[in-house]
Amino acid sequence: MDALEILFTASFWVAVIRIASPLIFATMGELICERAGVLNLGIEGIMTAGAFAGWFTVYSGGDLWAGLLVAALFGAMFGLLHATLTVPLGLSQHVVGIGVTLLATSLTYFVYRLALPEVTSPPKIEPFQPLPVPGLSSIPVVGEALFTQTPLTYLAFISVAAVAWILYRTPIGLAVRAAGENPSAVEAQGISVTGIRMGAVVVGSALMALGGAFLTTSAFNSFFFQMINGRGWICIALVVFGSWRPGKALIGAVLFAAFDAYQVRLQQISGGIVPYQVFLMMPYALSILALILVARRAAYPKALMIPYQKGER
Amino acid sequence: MSSKPALRLSRISKRFGPLRANDAISFDLEQSEVIALLGENGAGKTTLMNILFGHYVADEGTVEAFGKPLPPGDPRAAIDAGIGMVHQHFTLADNMTVLENIALGTQSLWRPRLDRTAARRRIEQLSADFGLSVDPAATISSLSVGERQRVEILKALYREARILILDEPTAVLTPVETEALFRTLKLLVAKGLSIIFISHKLHEVMAVSDRVLVLRSGQLVGERETRSTDRKELAALMVGREVKPTTVSPLRLGGPLLALEQVSATPYNGAGLDEVSLTLTAGEITGLAGVAGNGQTVLAALIAGILRPTSGSISIAGQEVVDWSPRAALAHGVARIPEDRHAIGSIGDMSVTENVIAERYRSPRFSRMGFLNWKAAGRFAEKLIADYDVKCPSPEARIRLLSGGNMQKLILGRALDADPAVILASQPTRGLDVGAVAYVHHMLLSARDRGAAILLISEDLEEVLALSDRIFVMFKGRLSTPSARGERSIRELGELMAGHNGERDDHAA
Repeated sequence: MDALEILFTASFWVAVIRIASPLIFATMGELICERAGVLNLGIEGIMTAGAFAGWFTVYSGGDLWAGLLVAALFGAMFGLLHATLTVPLGLSQHVVGIGVTLLATSLTYFVYRLALPEVTSPPKIEPFQPLPVPGLSSIPVVGEALFTQTPLTYLAFISVAAVAWILYRTPIGLAVRAAGENPSAVEAQGISVTGIRMGAVVVGSALMALGGAFLTTSAFNSFFFQMINGRGWICIALVVFGSWRPGKALIGAVLFAAFDAYQVRLQQISGGIVPYQVFLMMPYALSILALILVARRAAYPKALMIPYQKGER
Repeated sequence: MSSKPALRLSRISKRFGPLRANDAISFDLEQSEVIALLGENGAGKTTLMNILFGHYVADEGTVEAFGKPLPPGDPRAAIDAGIGMVHQHFTLADNMTVLENIALGTQSLWRPRLDRTAARRRIEQLSADFGLSVDPAATISSLSVGERQRVEILKALYREARILILDEPTAVLTPVETEALFRTLKLLVAKGLSIIFISHKLHEVMAVSDRVLVLRSGQLVGERETRSTDRKELAALMVGREVKPTTVSPLRLGGPLLALEQVSATPYNGAGLDEVSLTLTAGEITGLAGVAGNGQTVLAALIAGILRPTSGSISIAGQEVVDWSPRAALAHGVARIPEDRHAIGSIGDMSVTENVIAERYRSPRFSRMGFLNWKAAGRFAEKLIADYDVKCPSPEARIRLLSGGNMQKLILGRALDADPAVILASQPTRGLDVGAVAYVHHMLLSARDRGAAILLISEDLEEVLALSDRIFVMFKGRLSTPSARGERSIRELGELMAGHNGERDDHAA
């Protein structure tokens, strides 16, 4: 198989969509937060917590869907912590975000060790199984790639449509976008900026946690340390890449996933001439390049990272 | 007049620490009436309006709208009672459309769908009724300032406002846009709305209001029917003493001090300069009028050395300067009074002393072998504080704690102390009260009389007309032909500012 042929195989595209799914959840989560004016750098830690919470619920005998619910709840909880510190208290979003990431990550590892002190290899669960969509899944390549996935992947794509609909078609979405553009315009209409921003961060963080849970309940079947491995940071870049628009961010996530899936396959056919680290680096290098090309003129939310205090101008 | 007033304020008081921002203020606004609320900065106008609109809660006193008491501290209740406010700094989201800005908060947040069609229809209806034409689908950032204000007014009308409060609405408008606004206000009043017009510009107050209320230091110090008062009386009420008009001594021209020749420059964003030639002459104030964003800021940055020209030359006293930079500008005696005293003119969290030596800390007077001479710096700060009558707790105080007027006096002192040859004054009186404005004007005129060349860049046409010996108008990065003192009227300058330079420009060129 040569390097170009890979691009036309269904298995490659199935992998792309699978790799993209957690990124899509978390990118949508981050996008909601940023659209409301809050940069949520807690994403990496919240994904870790979500991955563990989802997996542990199932491991302890819970249903897979119950696992997702618990993951989302934990995400929302860390979101609430982040929001309380950054919105009403107006603390630095950078510092709080990094703090939440460190806290959520270490707390997760700590609880993992407490709950499973003896294990050496990560215990496994029965994860989500692929659910082919009748009819659509038999379309060659495209159908196979998109419609032989797990239910959670379908949910990821639905979340993009839902976020886009809410942001652009509903009154509350309008308020969220306005809170990220000019919070005093929101306050002047008698809507609470604090309420809108906190709500956005809580909901966004729940989505991030679902992204984490995807890894342990759908892509893999166990939880291990360092499994988020920078995916959260990638999602922050994807939001910028997508110019804060759900549709474009989705394209970004799929593109990054394609780079990632491609480099794995290139490693296999390169025959060891090129060091494998070069391939590992590829998606990140290409992402930076794409960011330079696409996002330079992005209209970022005007009030992003600016705390809002009522009555101040 | 109908029996019930549109709005009744009874003994409103508000304290911020020791400061009495509002002290037992009472007045009625009748239906279909325009009240002008006149007062200097810090007189308490904005505080009063913020109480009215529910942004602040008053310590004492009540507000009634159409006979019903208004719950304090609730903007929603104020909107529901029919009060609409057009803030001085627009509360619009730039990256969103007109429709989105207007519809924000008018439909229940939990509706599954924003009804854009109904919103658009209503906006178009209101636009037609009140002559406020604006495209609902346009993004705010693509609109002119005048259009943005129209959106703000439409926003209030969309919420069925019966009382409209306008906070310094003309501060950002061209004369032409101001006239259009006044026509709109007349129309609104004719349709039964009541208006509170907040301003410190006397001629506008005289032009637009039925009744004038004057605030000073938080107290209502006067109430006049507009037709039975005049500007002089209002100015005296506002300031608390007689205000002497600025007197200008005859012009004594010297030689050219700073000359720009065919200079073009491109800033990071906005309009650049397009082959501008300008000579500043000793003993003369050259005024530069224009609507914000037409290149005045770029010209100021260029003369200050912050920006380098892409073509053309700059010469000082006949000598071309090749290596133009802020330090070169200072070394050649160009003193700067920056447009934004907070953002560029000062470093808020550093002390008065540190700020006043910021342009000259390298001189042997303030440093030796790389060590600052704090004693000399402190003496200099104390001298400026005394000479320029700055009210400030001590030279060690952080400069951000000073009022706008006192901060500007310090910046003026820093710029003028060394008797500079060229003075670049950008918006030198923006946001200052009448007393401080008179002081700044006096200082600029005395610098002119001792032979400095001054470039006055201002959006306040009255100021440009009062001070300038020669006036240029800037439009889209180009200068108009100059006019001598008294040659062009406000109207004619306004036309030039709007870019209508018809026959006049042709035979003058």
